[in-house]
Amino acid sequence: MSSETRNRVRFLLGWTPMEISIEDSNQTVLQYLRDQACLKGTKEGCAEGDCGACTLVVGDVVDGKITYSSVNSCILFLPSLDGKQILTVESVADGALHPVQQAMVDLHGSQCGFCTPGIIMSLLTLHLNGGAKHLNGGVKNRQAIDDALAGNLCRCTGYGPIIDAAEVAYSTPIDEAWQRQIQNAQAQLIAWSKDTAALKVEAKSGPYMAPKTSDQLATCLTNHSDVTLVAGATDVGLWVTKMGKRLNLIISLADVADLKTICITDTHLDIGAGVTYSNAHAALSDISPSLGELIRRIGSLQVRNSGTIGGNIANGSPIGDMPPALIAMGASVVLRSAQGKREVPLEDFFIEYGKQDLQSGEFVSRVLVPRYVDTFRCYKVTKRFDQDITAVLGAFNLCIEAGIVTSARIAFGGMAGTPARASACEVALIDRPWNMETIELAKTGLDDDFVPMSDMRASAQYRSLAARNLLERFYLETQNSTIPLELANRSALGKLGHE
Amino acid sequence: MSDQVLQKEKVRGGVAQSLEHDSATKHVTGQAIYVDDIPEPHGTLHIATGHAGVAFGNITSVNLETVRSAPGVVCVLTVDDIPGLNDVSPTHSGDDPVLTGDEVKFYGQPVFAVAAETVLQAQAAAKLGVIECNSEEPVLTIEQALEKNYLISTDHVMQRGDAEAGVKAAPNQISGQMEIGGQDHFYLEGQVSMAVPQEDGDVVLHCSTQHPSEVQFNVAHVLDRPANAVTVEVRRMGGAFGGKESQAAQWAALAALVAVKTGRAAKCRLDRDDDMILTGKRHELAGKWSVGFDDEGCIQAADVEMATRCGCSKDLSDAISDRAMFHLDNSYYLDQVRILCKRMRTDTVSNTAFRGFGGPQGMMIGERMIEDVARSVGKDTLDVRKANFYGGAGRDTTPYYMQVEDFILPEMIEELEVSSDYRKRREAITEFNKTSQIIKRGLALTPVKFGISFTTTFLNQAGALIHVYKDGSILLNHGGTEMGQGLFLKVAQIVAEEFQCDVDRIKITATNTAKVPNTSATAASSGTDMNGMAAMIAARTIKRRLIAFACNQYKVKEADVEFTRNQVRIGNQVVSFDDLVNQAYMNRVQLSSTGFYRTPKIEYNRKTASGRPFYYFAYGASVSEVAIDTLTGESRVLGVDVLHDVGQSLNPAIDIGQIEGGFIQGMGWLTTEELCWDDAGKLRTHAPSTYKIPTCGDRPDRMNVNLWEKGCNMEATIHRSKAVGEPPLMLAMSVFYAISDALSSLGGYKSVPELDAPATPERILMTATKMKAKIK
Repeated sequence: MSSETRNRVRFLLGWTPMEISIEDSNQTVLQYLRDQACLKGTKEGCAEGDCGACTLVVGDVVDGKITYSSVNSCILFLPSLDGKQILTVESVADGALHPVQQAMVDLHGSQCGFCTPGIIMSLLTLHLNGGAKHLNGGVKNRQAIDDALAGNLCRCTGYGPIIDAAEVAYSTPIDEAWQRQIQNAQAQLIAWSKDTAALKVEAKSGPYMAPKTSDQLATCLTNHSDVTLVAGATDVGLWVTKMGKRLNLIISLADVADLKTICITDTHLDIGAGVTYSNAHAALSDISPSLGELIRRIGSLQVRNSGTIGGNIANGSPIGDMPPALIAMGASVVLRSAQGKREVPLEDFFIEYGKQDLQSGEFVSRVLVPRYVDTFRCYKVTKRFDQDITAVLGAFNLCIEAGIVTSARIAFGGMAGTPARASACEVALIDRPWNMETIELAKTGLDDDFVPMSDMRASAQYRSLAARNLLERFYLETQNSTIPLELANRSALGKLGHE
Repeated sequence: MSDQVLQKEKVRGGVAQSLEHDSATKHVTGQAIYVDDIPEPHGTLHIATGHAGVAFGNITSVNLETVRSAPGVVCVLTVDDIPGLNDVSPTHSGDDPVLTGDEVKFYGQPVFAVAAETVLQAQAAAKLGVIECNSEEPVLTIEQALEKNYLISTDHVMQRGDAEAGVKAAPNQISGQMEIGGQDHFYLEGQVSMAVPQEDGDVVLHCSTQHPSEVQFNVAHVLDRPANAVTVEVRRMGGAFGGKESQAAQWAALAALVAVKTGRAAKCRLDRDDDMILTGKRHELAGKWSVGFDDEGCIQAADVEMATRCGCSKDLSDAISDRAMFHLDNSYYLDQVRILCKRMRTDTVSNTAFRGFGGPQGMMIGERMIEDVARSVGKDTLDVRKANFYGGAGRDTTPYYMQVEDFILPEMIEELEVSSDYRKRREAITEFNKTSQIIKRGLALTPVKFGISFTTTFLNQAGALIHVYKDGSILLNHGGTEMGQGLFLKVAQIVAEEFQCDVDRIKITATNTAKVPNTSATAASSGTDMNGMAAMIAARTIKRRLIAFACNQYKVKEADVEFTRNQVRIGNQVVSFDDLVNQAYMNRVQLSSTGFYRTPKIEYNRKTASGRPFYYFAYGASVSEVAIDTLTGESRVLGVDVLHDVGQSLNPAIDIGQIEGGFIQGMGWLTTEELCWDDAGKLRTHAPSTYKIPTCGDRPDRMNVNLWEKGCNMEATIHRSKAVGEPPLMLAMSVFYAISDALSSLGGYKSVPELDAPATPERILMTATKMKAKIK
């Protein structure tokens, strides 16, 4: 990196400033807390960001103001805490129990208690955000509670008392002592953020760099090989904790300010590759509520608070949820390197399984999403509604004029080695009347488009059948909105007419 | 000694009060200590295991040189390093080696263990073993095992009359078959043991287990030492659900072996993937039946054959398979009946206890038979259920010849049918399904009758130890373990009630084999029944001594000594409890006692498959309403109403927690929780990313859970309560059969969908597609 650097990581542990040197840049925050800081309240349940027992609250300054969000500490690299605050379960009670804790006690919200610290931290996030910052614009409802807690598994209680405690977390105002402490924390984080020196940790295990600009990042990539780019680490974290991989050189996107912006042009939403799902959620929901609903079901809140849209694309997973939807919308990616940048339609970015159109020294810089879509829907099918990896995802973007399909962009996830367009299906639709007969024809097109595989999520046969049926669901949704067609979102269940 | 004014108010924390869990405050502040949170002694080693990479075969060579020389490695163990018996089988079957030496019986089976300075070093080194094998194609499914007659144990039959002839003679017959999937426990805290070496080669183990005594004995055998050389302590578990009954011993043994060998403390903690790959699960079960019934849908004869998937060793599979047989009848009288259960061996991890212990699987088959009959006679499934209930002349004996003496289900179901508005909802749903083409709704009411007691009779014993210190504080210990179910609190409430002391003065202490010996597992829902009774007996012994002392000291009659809240009235005087205790001490009265309880009335002859294996039955019923999407197979539970009988509740809040939690866990088992193995015998669903237990959002908005107010155990159980750990899991059968009901609507409610469990979106969609095709 060209400019000034520093090698020690600074963060607030609870309300206490820490400055530590890193011995192992692959160490997770959870390992640090339990093994070094001797804070054993935070638990390891899965080490893959799926159970939430390790949930922490992270404070970060955005536009001069501290904001709090829940994250999974088991897949978060320790240096990524630089400049942030973490609240652990040990920092919640101040002599007396915090109202969120008291509610969990009074309402019998814990049985074995092992998931409880993580649940307390998710409830605290809900509380600190005055209800639900990320959730349906802060509307107090059951769906919002489910979304806040989808990433916290409990095997004992059946969740009832925890849902009740979440209601308390919503409705209790932040007390003055907390407000004062938060102000102090904010001041500290702001002071740190003014430091122009970029973080460059020289650990025994290998360096960890956090450049501050895209230019610096591009230079870093030119100067080093064997680099692992990390944004939220919701995928890369698992390479370490699950596959036992060692990352020799980590370059973090977390501090690259220009990658964290969302710009609105006349035609496009221009999303920096470092923008988290949570931060892009509202803007993308504005383009299409269906897309917003998809994002609501990606991972859990903890995952969406860390994971980025850019990361979801760059890693090229065949079951990543954003790519099929974005391909159907006609999105493209901007790839950047020290040599310059180029724009690639997203569908061309995925070459084959595990292979993306990314040259050495290049990184995904921005995602350009068209702001206006015609008739657009995307559907995610999973074994479990919340926090599950997709079996089949269908995204449909059609233009229908006077009952005739004039254009069609359809893409699927989980049906091939990469997210891919369903071109035979599209051909079967275009210039034909928008009716069930055409749909049946287009369904057979899907059989030409995809030969899916069988795995523990679904069989090939199921994937094919579900993909065909999603097209039918899409058609039916354009016909009559009063017929219930979906079960995934609780707020839509009213149509079922049950009590 | 000061005279006091007699307190009139009730003791805080006596029985029947809805006290919060004794550790609740520690849970929410992160101060509750689990095994992995105990401060490690300096130099503690960490253990990981290595395997051969095949599911079945003979080991031809083992080369661990690179393991030994890997960074941080201190000690490597193979079968040759086991001084004693290389077996941790709960039934002493000799087929559960700590480390295998010659043959591999499932994918992941530990061949060696490595202890290193850090967890990561141990995990990295464990991957370096070079093990060669003559691998053979593994037998993975019940179907494959049946084909090869690959058995882990002998078949067992329960029968009355001539079932085959009975079926033939009946006016109507129907036969069918069904498969029911297994279930991973997915306790949030994985298996973990820490061994701390002591003098004389002894060892103290901190272990997350439901069965400290069994861990103690198994570890002693492995070490070739007597049981008194091994102490096992369990303060709490982060969930267990049966998975830490027999499955904890292996990891405890490895920790103990390393500790004794190196003289350093050693910890064996399985990470989530290892835990799911290396420990047993609920038994899959396949059943087929022929049923004969009259035109009203009343069953006259049932001929049933079941097969359980036991995995590679016996473990507890015989008792589990037996319990599946004991519960096939659920709540229904089967006149001429034959129930056979085969115990299939497969080359997969050995399956084990899981909440319900085979009972739920057996009941699912029984309920499916009822569904078959109901559709076949064209009646509402609830009416056919009622028609088949126990009760009436000659209809009160189970297939194992136990009389059902307190069959309260008809009354409970009457109440639930009304409170849940079953009939009106049934009409509304039928109407809805006529017009809703894609989404279909379904409704089902299912009962539960669950036998309480270990069916292995000798296990029905428990011990407790109570000390009253001379300052009046009380220390409570017993053989039961705390896994979140609130056992410690309930037993403390029983002791508080006995002494009329506020529960706060009772110190709840960790289960410890050095305090109460020869205990049974905290299992079979029996924890409170047995340990609560043992603790009550211990408390009464001390209380009797205090009364005798007071009579003697104050010259009053026994009837004049009364324990009231934190006080004792002795004639006309009132003294504080502390005071009386101190006086008793000064007068050399023993203030410590053990208590021992053995469950009465039970006896069972397995050879004749007859007797009274259960002290009593616990009852419950639930109504579930669901919606399914016939385009994708997705389903959602819309509403649940539960009425459950816990006798006279010791703690209504804890009991309701058990019921709700059990229900949701059962719902997961029957809907989203699917275990998948690949053809090579590798488990593919070994983490929460692939194995889906219910989340918060799966809990329906409408979830009415009520305790049956009239509940009172007719047997003299502890304060006339009933066990509550396992029975509620089976309430979730109504979810499965509501899904089945929704599917049945596709065929005009004339047939039963051939739906296996779990009812995943895939199974629902495939079944729906089949049913739609039939109509066309």
